[in-house]
Amino acid sequence: MGLGSLASRALRSSSSSRVLSSNPRYNLIRTIVSTPELHKPEAAAESASEPDLPKRTPVAGARVHFPNPDDVIEVFVDGYPVKIPKGMTVLQACSVAGVDIPRFCYHDRLSIAGNCRMCLVEVEKSPKPVASCAMPALPGMKIKTDTPIAKKAREGVMEFLLMNHPLDCPICDQGGECDLQDQSMAFGSDRGRFTETKRSVVDKNLGPLVKTVMTRCIQCTRCVRFASEIAGVQDLGMLGRGSGEEIGTYVEKLMTSELSGNVIDICPVGALTSKPFAFKARNWELKGTETIDVTDAVGSNIRIDSRGPEVMRIVPRLNEDINEEWISDKTRFCYDGLKRQRLSDPMIRGPDGQFKPVSWRDALAVVAEVIHQVKPEEIVGVAGKLSDAESMMSLKDFLNRIGSNNIWCEGNGNNIDADLRSGYLMNTTISGLEKADCFLLIGTQPRVEAAMVNARIRKTVRATQAKVGYIGPPTDFNYSHDHLGTTPETLTAILENRHPFSATLSTAKHPAIIVGAGIFHRQDTSAILSLLHSLSAKFPNLVTPEWNGLNVLLLNAAQAAALDLGLVPESNTGMESAKFVYLMGADDTELDALPKDAFVVYQGHHGDKGVYRANVIFPSTVFSEKEGTYENTEGCVQQTVPAVPTVGDAREDWKIIRALSEVCGVRLPYDTITGVRSRIKNVAPNLLKVDEREPAVFSGLLKPEGNGKVSAAPFGVTVENFYMTDAITRASKIMAQCSSLLTKK
Amino acid sequence: MRRILSLERAFSPWRRNGNWMPGPRLFTTAQPPPEKSHYGNLNDSDRIFTNLYGVHDPYLKGARRRGDWHRTKDLIHKGTDWIVEEIKKSGLRGRGGAGFPAGLKWSFMPKVSDGRPSYLVINADESEPGTCKDREIMRHDPHKLLEGCVIAGVGMRASAAYIYIRGEYVDERLSLEKARIEAYAAGLLGKNACGSGYDFDVHIHFGAGAYICGEETALLESLEGKQGKPRLKPPFPANTGLYGCPTTVTNVETVAVAPTILRRGPEWFAGFGRKNNSGTKLFCISGHVNKPCTVEEEMSISLKELLERHCGGVRGGWDNLLAVIPGGSSVALIPKSVCDDVLMDFDALKDVGSGLGTAAVIVMDKSTDIVDAIGRLAYFYKHESCGQCTPCREGTTWLWMMMERMKVGNAKLEEVDMLYELTKQIEGHTICALGDAAAWPVQGLIRHFRPELERRIKENADRELRCAGN
Repeated sequence: MGLGSLASRALRSSSSSRVLSSNPRYNLIRTIVSTPELHKPEAAAESASEPDLPKRTPVAGARVHFPNPDDVIEVFVDGYPVKIPKGMTVLQACSVAGVDIPRFCYHDRLSIAGNCRMCLVEVEKSPKPVASCAMPALPGMKIKTDTPIAKKAREGVMEFLLMNHPLDCPICDQGGECDLQDQSMAFGSDRGRFTETKRSVVDKNLGPLVKTVMTRCIQCTRCVRFASEIAGVQDLGMLGRGSGEEIGTYVEKLMTSELSGNVIDICPVGALTSKPFAFKARNWELKGTETIDVTDAVGSNIRIDSRGPEVMRIVPRLNEDINEEWISDKTRFCYDGLKRQRLSDPMIRGPDGQFKPVSWRDALAVVAEVIHQVKPEEIVGVAGKLSDAESMMSLKDFLNRIGSNNIWCEGNGNNIDADLRSGYLMNTTISGLEKADCFLLIGTQPRVEAAMVNARIRKTVRATQAKVGYIGPPTDFNYSHDHLGTTPETLTAILENRHPFSATLSTAKHPAIIVGAGIFHRQDTSAILSLLHSLSAKFPNLVTPEWNGLNVLLLNAAQAAALDLGLVPESNTGMESAKFVYLMGADDTELDALPKDAFVVYQGHHGDKGVYRANVIFPSTVFSEKEGTYENTEGCVQQTVPAVPTVGDAREDWKIIRALSEVCGVRLPYDTITGVRSRIKNVAPNLLKVDEREPAVFSGLLKPEGNGKVSAAPFGVTVENFYMTDAITRASKIMAQCSSLLTKK
Repeated sequence: MRRILSLERAFSPWRRNGNWMPGPRLFTTAQPPPEKSHYGNLNDSDRIFTNLYGVHDPYLKGARRRGDWHRTKDLIHKGTDWIVEEIKKSGLRGRGGAGFPAGLKWSFMPKVSDGRPSYLVINADESEPGTCKDREIMRHDPHKLLEGCVIAGVGMRASAAYIYIRGEYVDERLSLEKARIEAYAAGLLGKNACGSGYDFDVHIHFGAGAYICGEETALLESLEGKQGKPRLKPPFPANTGLYGCPTTVTNVETVAVAPTILRRGPEWFAGFGRKNNSGTKLFCISGHVNKPCTVEEEMSISLKELLERHCGGVRGGWDNLLAVIPGGSSVALIPKSVCDDVLMDFDALKDVGSGLGTAAVIVMDKSTDIVDAIGRLAYFYKHESCGQCTPCREGTTWLWMMMERMKVGNAKLEEVDMLYELTKQIEGHTICALGDAAAWPVQGLIRHFRPELERRIKENADRELRCAGN
C-alpha cells in the first residue's frame, strides 16, 4: 500500500463528509446509511446502493469472480453492501468494497498468519475486534472499519509495533517504500509514549544478496512463510519466544534459494533489504522503467530502477501469467554486470594481437572488405542468447542478401525443426501448469533453467499433490518427485508400459511433459521427439482440444523468436568450412572447429568469451538500453524498454547490421525499428502482438522424419551454474559471489 | 482421616442398590429442592475426589474400591447422546478457567464422521501460577481421569484421547503412566474398552514446560510437534483440530468428574452451588493462609468460609487480609472489602470484576508488596508470551517494564492511566487469551490499589527532590 493511496483515501473521505454535511439532501441519505440496523436489511441495502452515494472503487482494481452463482453472499462494509463469493475473508471483502485494510503479515500469495493484528476491524455482534485477514466473511456480516473501536485497535497495535522498532528511517534503505512508515503515518499516533529501553537483535548473515537489520523486524513471518511455501527451502524460521523472538536460520547458514531476493520485497519493514543496493540510492530518486528480463527464457516482468545513466536495481512487476510477483535472484541481481566489462568502441585486432579502438566507419569498411573476399557459402552468422527479434531479423536478411543462409541462434542446436511452433514452445503455458496433475520432466532441471517455471510447478505440486516424474541426472528439486531414470531408455520403458509411471500418466487428466532445451544439442534429438510423439498417441489425455501437455522448456530469451524467424542452420557443418563468422552476442558457441584463418566479427555488449577469437568488435547495447522484442518459452511476446542510455559509442544491434549492409552494398530496406518490425510481420506476424501469447496453431508434435535410434547416453546437466549463464551474469560481481558461496559443490 | 474413610460407607448403600440409575432421580425431578441460601461445607459423601490427599492406593485396586470403573460398560452403552445430555443437565462448566458449559462443548463434535477420526485431548498442562488441582487428580486418582477419558471420548465419538502433561509434572506423569498400563492390562482401555465393544486408546504426551501450551490450540500445535503457538480461530478445534481432525480439548478436572456425575445423576451435581454455577470444585488455596491446601468444595461457597474452614484462616486474622487473587494468576485481584462477602463461583466473581478461573485462590496479607506481586506476574506473562502476535509480544514486555518502575514509584502520576490504557490495548486484540490474562492482573491492581501506586510515585518524587536539594 502506498502512502499516496492512503492519503488520497483520507482526503476523499474527509471531502465527501463535508459535502454530505453541507447538503441537506445528502444528510437525509446519510442518516439512512449510518444506521442501517434501524431499518430492515433489505431497505438498508436498497438505500445504500442508490447512485448518489459517494462511490467507492475497489482497492487496486480488486475484482470478484463468481465461479458458482449460488455461492454469492452479501456483506456490509461500513454500511455499503458488497457481493462476494463464499470463502472470501473479511479483508478481501473490504478491498472489494473499496476499503484498504492496513496489514503487515497478510500477503495474497502466502498462507495466513494473522499475527500482526494490524487488520483488526469491528464486526457487529462480535465482542472483540476481529483480525480481518483470517476471518471468513459470513452472509450478512456487518463489518465496520471506521469506528472508534477499530481505529483504537489499529493505533494500539501500531504503537506496539513501533515500540521496539528503531527510529532509523533516515538511514534505512526501506525508507520511502516502507509499509510501517506509511501505515504509521496513516493509522498511528502522533507521539510515542514508550520511554523504556528498546530491544536489539543481532543481525544474521543470509548470504551475499539479503542484508539483515534484525532490530527492525516486526516478526510478521512473511519471509519464513515465503521460504517454506514458495521457495521451498526450510532455511528460515522463528527462534525464541515472546519479546526474544527472532527470525533466523537455526544454525548459522546462508539462505540457499534461487528466489531468496523476493524476501526483500515482501518484508514490510527494513529488516531484509538488498545487500548490493545498500546505501546506494533512495527510492524516490529512482526512475522506474517497466521492461522484461532476458537472462532466461521466462521473460519475467521487471522494473528497472535507474538514476541517471546507471541501473540501480531491478524489482519484479506483477504478471500473473508469467512470474506472478516474484523474480529469480539472477534476474534481480545481475544488474551490476550491465556496468562491467562493457564494449564501448568499435575495435580491430592489430597484427600484434591487441585490439585498437577505431571509428565505426573504419571498422565497417574492414568487415565489408572481408565479406566481399569470401564465398557466400563460407559465411556463417550466429545470434547470441540475448538477441532480440529485430536484430535477428536484420542479421538473417543481411546474410541472405549476401548469399548465405548459414545462420542460427545459440542453444537451438544443429538439427532443430522450426516448422511447427508447438514443437519448441511451452504449449501448456506457464500459468496453465497449475492445472496439470502429473508432470514428467525430461532432461530438464527447471530450478536452474527457469526458476519461475519451477516455482509454478512447486505451487501446483504443493496445492494438488501432483505427481512429478523426472528423467535426467540427479539434481536438486524443492518438491517431491520420483527420479525415474537418467537416459532416454526410461522414456521408451514408459512408452512400452514397462514402467510404473505409465500408469500415473494414463490416469492423469491433465498430464504435462516438459522437455529441456538441452536435448537440442544431442545427436538423437529427433528420435527423442518422435518418442514424445508416440507418447502423445499412447496417452490421449496428453493432447486434447483443450489441453496440450507437450512442452519444451527453452533456456534463452532469444530461442523462441529465433525459431519463429527461421534462424535454422542449413547444414550441420557450417562452422568447419566457414571463412567468415558473424557472432551477434554469441559467447557460448563452440569455435574450436573453426578454421584458423577464418575472420570473426563479434558484435556484442560485453567483453566475454566471443571476444577472444574476434578480429573486429562492434559494440552494441544490452537489454536495459534498447527497445527489442522477445518471445518467451510459452510464446508470449514482450518488449524491452530502454531505461538508461548506451555506453560509449555502442549502437543497437539492428542498426549496426543495417549500417554494415549499406557499406557492403546490400542495403537493407528499413531505417527505423518500425521498418524492421514491418519486415518481421511478413515472416512471423505473431512477434508483433506484444504482451500476447499466440498459441501454436497445430497442437502436438509432428512425427520427425529422421527417425534415428535413441542413444543410450544419459541426459546431461544443461545449466552448470545458475548464477552465470550469459555475458551479463558472467560480468556481474554479485553473481560471482553467489556462485562461489551458494552453489553446491 | 476418619472422615475420608467414612466415604466408603457413604457410597455403599448407593452401590448396593442394583437399580441405581432411575431411582433417586425421579424424586428429585418431581419435587424441586427448596432454594438454597448457604453454600459450602460439603459432605464427605458428596465428594468426587475421595483420594485427593493420597492416603489410599491411587492405582486400580484402590480406585475400584472407591467406585471407579464400576459398570463403565453400561455407561458407555447408554450412548453418546445420553452422556452429553446428562452432562448438559448437570450444568457442569469447564474447569480449565473459561467456564464454558461442558456438555455444550462436547456436543459441538461432528455427529457423523466425514472419514476423519475425532480426538479428545486432555489439557493437563496445568501451569497457571497458584493452580495445583489437576496434579492431585493425576497423582492420587489417575483412574478417575482415565475413566473420564473413556466416558468423554464416547460422548464426543472420539477414537483416542491424548493427555498432554506439563513437563515439570514428573510424579504425576509416572503415576498416570502406571495407571494407564494397569487399565490397558485390565481391558479397560484399548480395543473393546471395558468390554463395551468401543475401541478407545489413551496416549500420554509430555510437554516441555511452556505456559502457552496450556492454550488449547497451542497445545494441539505442540502435540503435533510444532512450536507451541496458538492457532487462529476459526476454524475451531471441534472442526479442525489435532492433525486436522475434529478435536475437543478439555481440562483434567472436567473430564475426571464426568463418570461420577453420570453415576450419581446430573441432578445430584446440579444440586450444589448457585444456578449456572453448579457442582463441586477443587479449590487450591495458597499464599498467606495458615494451612494452604487443595480441597473439594461446593461451588458458590463464600470466600471467607473457604479460607476459614479449610485453611485455618488468613495469617494474622481476617483483618490482616490485603487482597485475594481468586482464580489463578490471570484474573484480577479483589481487595479485602470485596473478599468479605464474595461467593466463589463464575458469575459472582465476574460481577466483582474478577473471575473464578481455575479456582486457585492466592491470598495476600498486609505484609505483601502488592505492586511487586503483580509486577512479578507481569514478568511471568512477559516470559511466557509466545511472541506470535504483536500486542502480547510487545505489550507484555512493556507492562513488565512499567511495573518495575511502578514498584519503586519511578513514574509520573499520569502514567498510571497510561498503564491502564496499555492493558486495554492488549486485551481483546490478541490471538489467544494470554494477552487478556496478562492485562487483567494489572487492571485489577490499578482498579483497587491506585492510591498505593500514587503514594509510591509521590514519595519517590519527594525523595528525588530532596536528593536534588542536597
